[in-house]
Formats: sequence, structure tokens, C-alpha cells
Amino acid sequence: MTFLQATCLLVVAVLGTLVVATRDPLRQAAVTGIFGLGLAALFLAVEAPDVALSQIVVGAIVVPVLVLLAMAKIREHDE
Amino acid sequence: MSLLAYVVAVWLFVVGIYGVVTSRHLVHLVMCLSVAQASTYVLLLGIGYRKGGQAPIFGDIPSSTPVVDPVVQALTLTDVVVGATVSALLLALAVQAHKRFGSVDPDELNALRG
Amino acid sequence: MTRRARSFVALAALGVLGAVLVVAVTGLEPFGHYPGPYGDVLAKVVPDERHTGQLVAATVFDYRGFDTLGEEMILFAAVCGCAALLRVLRSEREEDEGAPARPVPSFAARAMSAALVGPVMVLGAYVVAHGHLTPGGGFSGGVVVAGALLLAYAGGQGLRLRRVGSITMLEGTEALGAAGFLALALAGLIATGALLKNFLALGTSGMLLSAGTIPVGNVAVGLEVAGAVALVFSEFLEQALLEDPE
Repeated sequence: MTFLQATCLLVVAVLGTLVVATRDPLRQAAVTGIFGLGLAALFLAVEAPDVALSQIVVGAIVVPVLVLLAMAKIREHDE
Repeated sequence: MSLLAYVVAVWLFVVGIYGVVTSRHLVHLVMCLSVAQASTYVLLLGIGYRKGGQAPIFGDIPSSTPVVDPVVQALTLTDVVVGATVSALLLALAVQAHKRFGSVDPDELNALRG
Repeated sequence: MTRRARSFVALAALGVLGAVLVVAVTGLEPFGHYPGPYGDVLAKVVPDERHTGQLVAATVFDYRGFDTLGEEMILFAAVCGCAALLRVLRSEREEDEGAPARPVPSFAARAMSAALVGPVMVLGAYVVAHGHLTPGGGFSGGVVVAGALLLAYAGGQGLRLRRVGSITMLEGTEALGAAGFLALALAGLIATGALLKNFLALGTSGMLLSAGTIPVGNVAVGLEVAGAVALVFSEFLEQALLEDPE
């Protein structure tokens, strides 16, 4: 296992823990975006460019936008 | 050291499930579930990796170079996109639950109301 | 059970589960020693049989095309569920006739978004079309195309139209993609007697029109994923932009 792969794995583990530990959904959306980026770097380090492309695109476009829209709808009802 | 990839996958899974169990907000729950899903990606790709292997695309490398396993990459590739859509479905459920019951705390959504 | 008690029980149970799983993964081959035959068989066989170098695309759309058919149906069902859950009820729609109260984006945001929508769509189409030559393919390219529609919303177009795109058109695109992949599978059945068999001309490796049904499958999946993701965005936006009826 190369040093790069080991580093990416540890970074992904730490970021995953941070995603769960962040309780506020809005902040968690940002941390999830960074977690997706870390995952994409890991996928590239393991020689999987297709999967890395899909992860970048999904983690940057789909997940944060949907979480923000859901939170907008939920908070609107709270006010 | 050779077990690090698998142990990280197990750790992500356990951490994700812990987040789901102790969550206090439905949207937080959905994102913890996506962390648990990511653990399966890490495990799959870890199994398919070959030391010294290249990416399984013979665009500009000769066909005889050793490559990593393309089957697990195919599985993970479709799973990433479809998993995000299922998360969208769960977020839609959370939005509707908030609209109907006024709360997104899973502990308060425990009565079966008609 | 109180929250604290649940937390402790979860920690204990997950600790046991984690330990059991770690013991289980020690039985796997060490990282880097890939043993299994399928990857090697594919590497040897695919460039000759399918005239393409993209093993992953060949696996997704040809050798394991049946799994992709199932995933397409999962995507379709999930989006149907989203659409059903987020439909605007008539009572909500009647109270929502006023102008939106959201601020208009700045000129820079509008200019950049307007300038980038076209190139991003072309980029998405490029990724979809070259799925059998380079990394990418229908799944990634479809999401990029949906991202272009989201860019149009971010640029302020959605504020006037109250949604990302005409919902009927998006539903039509998604259905066309799903039906297209199904039609491809059935056409393989009709043409050669085996579902999803690669029955088109194979061409020369490296050209855009090669590898038989793989680029066609890419386009079908790209259409479906783009329609699905854009539809989900549209539904969420329509809900989020509704004025609160209370």
C-alpha cells in the first residue's frame, strides 16, 4: 500500500467521523461535501477514475444542493 | 498495514450506523446513512486493487499491462449515483414529515397517526 | 428508552459488530493481491470481443448489463417516489399566487451562470458520448447535464419560472432514457435471442462509433440520469419556493 493510499484512507476515516459528529444539518452539508472530495481522492489513488468522476459530480452537485433545499423548506415552516 | 483499507471501511460503517441510531434530526440521519454507504464503496474498491495495476482503461496503454479489477468499479460506479437519488427520496420523506407533524426529531415521530 | 441509554447500548452493540467485522476482514486477501479471475479474463477478452479499451464501460453496459437495468429501475422508482412525495397539493398552489420574495442574484452571478450553462451542457454530452473511450459515461455525464440546469436556476432564471425546467419535459426525458435502455435490452433479445447482447456493428477500437451497443446504452443512461436528477431538483425547488401557506 503506498503512502498516498494510506493517507487518503486515514483522511476519509477522520472526515467520516466529523460528518457524524456535526449535528447541525447546514454545517454537516459542507462537511459532507468535503467528505465526498476526500472519497474521490481515495478512489483516484486506488486507480478508479470512473468512480472518482461519479463521486465528484454527485458529491458536489446532488447531495449539498438537496440538503440545502430540504433545510430551506424545513426552516421556512419553523418561522 | 495491508488491512488498513478494510478496517477503514468497517470504521465508516460503524460510525455511520451510530450516527443513524443517535440522530436528532432527520436530515442529519440521511447524511450519516450516506457515510455508511461510502464504507461499502471503500471495501469494494479495496478488494479489487492490484499492486502495480493501472486503471482498467486501455486508451493509451498497451493491452498487456496489469490492471485493477473493473467489475467492482462497475458496481461502485452505478451505486454512487443511485445511492444519491435514494438519499433524495429520504430527504423528501423528511420534508413531508416536517410538514405533517411539525417536527424533524425522530424521537418525536413515533406515533402512528392516521 | 432514554436517549443516553440508547447511546450506550448502541456503542456496545456497534463495538461488538465492529470487532466481529474486523475479524472477518482478516480473512480477505491482503490489500493489493487481487486473486480473482474475472478481472484478468475481462482484460484479456474485451479488447478483441468488443473493440473497446474501456473495461468498466464494457462491464457496466455489456457483460453486467443486467445489473445496470436493475439500477435504472431503482433510479426510476426513487424519482417516482420523490415526485409523489413532493407534489404540490391543490390547497398549497391556490395560496401561492404572489410574486416570490427571494432576492435576485447579483449581476456577476447571473452573467457567469448564463455564460456557463451552454458549455456545461456540452461538457456533459461529451462525457456521455465518450463513455466507451475515456472515464465517465452515462452516469457521470447525466449528472453534469442536470448540473447545467441547476446553474440556470442559480443564475436567476428559475425565479421567474419558479422551477428549473418544464416538469413534463424532464419527466419525458427520464422516461425516454429508461425506456431506451429497456428497448436496447429487448432489441438484443429480438435480434440475437439473448437479452442485452451486443448486436450492433463493432467498428474499430478508439472511434466514437464503436463497441456496438455500449455507446447507445451510455446515451440512454445519460438521458435517464439527467432527467431524474433535474426532476428531483425541480420538485425540491418548487416546494422550497412555495410561500408558506400559514
